[in-house]
Amino acid sequence: MSEASTASRNVALFATCLGDQLSPDTVHATVQVLEHAGCTVTFDPRQTCCGQPAFNSGFWQEARQVARHFINVFEHASAIVAPSGSCTAMVHRFPDLFRDEPEMRERAEKMAHRTFELSSFLVNELGVTDLGAKLNARVGWHDACHGLRDLGIKQEPRQLLAHVDGLELVELKTCESCCGFGGTFSVKSPEISTAMLDHKLDELAMTPIDVLAAVDGSCLMQIRGRLERRGSPVRTMHLAEILASR
Amino acid sequence: MSTTPERNANAFDAQARDALGDATLKSALRNATDLFAERRTAAIDAVPDWEALREHARQVKDATVARLDHYIGQFADKAEQAGATVHWARDANEACAIVAKIAEDHGAERLVKSKSMATEEIHLNKALAAHDREPVETDLGEWIIQLAGETPSHIIVPAIHMTRDAIGELFVDKLGIPPSNDPKTLCAHARERLRNHFAKADLGISGVNFGVAETGSILILENEGNVRMTTTMPKVHVAVMGIERVIPRFADLEVFLRLLPRSGTGQHLTTYQSILTGTDSPKQRRCGQGPEELHIVLLDNGRSKIAVDEKMRETLACIRCGACLNACPVYQTIGGHAYGSVYPGPIGAILTPQLAGMHEAKPLPFASTLCGACKDVCPVKIDIPSLLLELRQRAVEGTATESPAKRGFFESLTWRMWSWFMRGPKRFRFASAMARFGQRLPLLHRLLPPMAAWHSTRELPKLAKKSFRDSYRPSQGSKQ
Repeated sequence: MSEASTASRNVALFATCLGDQLSPDTVHATVQVLEHAGCTVTFDPRQTCCGQPAFNSGFWQEARQVARHFINVFEHASAIVAPSGSCTAMVHRFPDLFRDEPEMRERAEKMAHRTFELSSFLVNELGVTDLGAKLNARVGWHDACHGLRDLGIKQEPRQLLAHVDGLELVELKTCESCCGFGGTFSVKSPEISTAMLDHKLDELAMTPIDVLAAVDGSCLMQIRGRLERRGSPVRTMHLAEILASR
Repeated sequence: MSTTPERNANAFDAQARDALGDATLKSALRNATDLFAERRTAAIDAVPDWEALREHARQVKDATVARLDHYIGQFADKAEQAGATVHWARDANEACAIVAKIAEDHGAERLVKSKSMATEEIHLNKALAAHDREPVETDLGEWIIQLAGETPSHIIVPAIHMTRDAIGELFVDKLGIPPSNDPKTLCAHARERLRNHFAKADLGISGVNFGVAETGSILILENEGNVRMTTTMPKVHVAVMGIERVIPRFADLEVFLRLLPRSGTGQHLTTYQSILTGTDSPKQRRCGQGPEELHIVLLDNGRSKIAVDEKMRETLACIRCGACLNACPVYQTIGGHAYGSVYPGPIGAILTPQLAGMHEAKPLPFASTLCGACKDVCPVKIDIPSLLLELRQRAVEGTATESPAKRGFFESLTWRMWSWFMRGPKRFRFASAMARFGQRLPLLHRLLPPMAAWHSTRELPKLAKKSFRDSYRPSQGSKQ
């Protein structure tokens, strides 16, 4: 094993603020999956948020303050892994956020290269696709926008799901359509946000699945909230929870 | 003609709600945008070097915008040498006044016009109507919109929000035809009326897709043949051209002609491509060919300001294909009118605040989930989500020349507090404990506006009894 890959097996976990507070089970599952893949996982309890909510709302000064805290916490880690494409993509935007502060920009750039979303870390960095998971379910996959379009993640989760015993992956026509969350968009334009999601969920009437899954807690929060309101039997699961199922 | 409904970009929220309540609009939009998106995919799948083409086109556009004054100057010189008259318009008012003056000087009473977003942008029809010279729109979709007293809701498919039933009813009402919703019958009625207008017209107005600097030529793309007639049958042709439409060389057209129709309508090529260079000599004209005069109105209207804005200038690379509208899930859901601006959808959300000023279009940069579908389909690779983010920052924090357009006291206070809590782990823990307590009070979260907004359509997420940080015990080998 090369030195680089040894180093990449020491993982600093970024739980994400939503994961930490709303879905600790997803984060516990992320730890299990990473450990199963041979990683040593560290959780630094000083961590909070990546700053994306303020950044996307135009409050860059406040976003920079939070991003600075993130960099202080994580910059010495050899690999930072988050169970979210969106938060990972935000960390990749830090250099641009600090474009007028050369020293911070450099620190942000170095750290961004070492920050990974869970499925791409497992498949592309560790070369692991089979985590010995077992789940009897028909699963529809949601390609969360930032993972798909900012990070180019498409095949990685599918490769991982293909090795889950008993799991049937059902490809949805609307798998790449946005769920309508969009951060504060979901509460500033709740009607548009929901109509966008309904377009996706309407497909489920014709394509029966048990689980709608993604690798982003924020999309899943939006999707779950609407499925519950619609009284749908479909449940949501994060990729990490599927990969930790036994 | 009935009046145009007054919509504006700052009323986005209310206009979007109106659109969401319109079931006919919903199905018309979804069907049309899905169809265009499917055709686009099929058309570009047949082009093996699509990515290279996009890259090439973007490089041409970047190089042009970087020296826009040079290329637009060269274009103007060459066009004049070829016999055209070039006019410079700093803003919409100047452009409208120039066109009105040309019409007046020629005693032109009957005007026809082909589809052009630049003329929509400057509200030319309204300005000419004030001189009793409102042009007849000759693009079928635009003509329908004009009959209905509406505004376009898509930059290349202006009547995308209308069903054939609605168009049939409109024709019965305005033209007195027997009831029909058959597209062929309706088209035949339109053709008959429009031919009549062409035959009598004494001035034709068009837009410009590309202006070639090295030859002074203008290229206009279309599918109906109405551009041909608008630009050749009347004695005077007036072309309104945004200054960013210029490209350096004739050979550059090759790449753009491959990109634009495929991206816009999924066609390999539009039915007609008219390349017009100046005017014919009087001798040639004796054969009855072409207009006697070609006037090109070069429109700035905020573009030169964008050209020197390092972070935003890629906006000017846009070739107005409409692909981003068809791909945008927000546009697909609410349509173009909700944006309350001439340019709707993702491109409108970045263009309008820059052309009209942020204070005139505050909600538009925020009318997006930043999903990035627009960026994926853009033939010139404009990074629309990043430009939206840039504009959001400017709306909130202001710029050297513009005060913050969208910075409410409570929202500012909220983000400042948020940042303070997020910068300290102990404060973060305290805030989450408070939130855990707060969510036990059912009234409280119904009263907080963001939570009430969420709850209006979705069940609220619940904070876990114990957060990850409070429940995590490092296993052997891992450490906290």
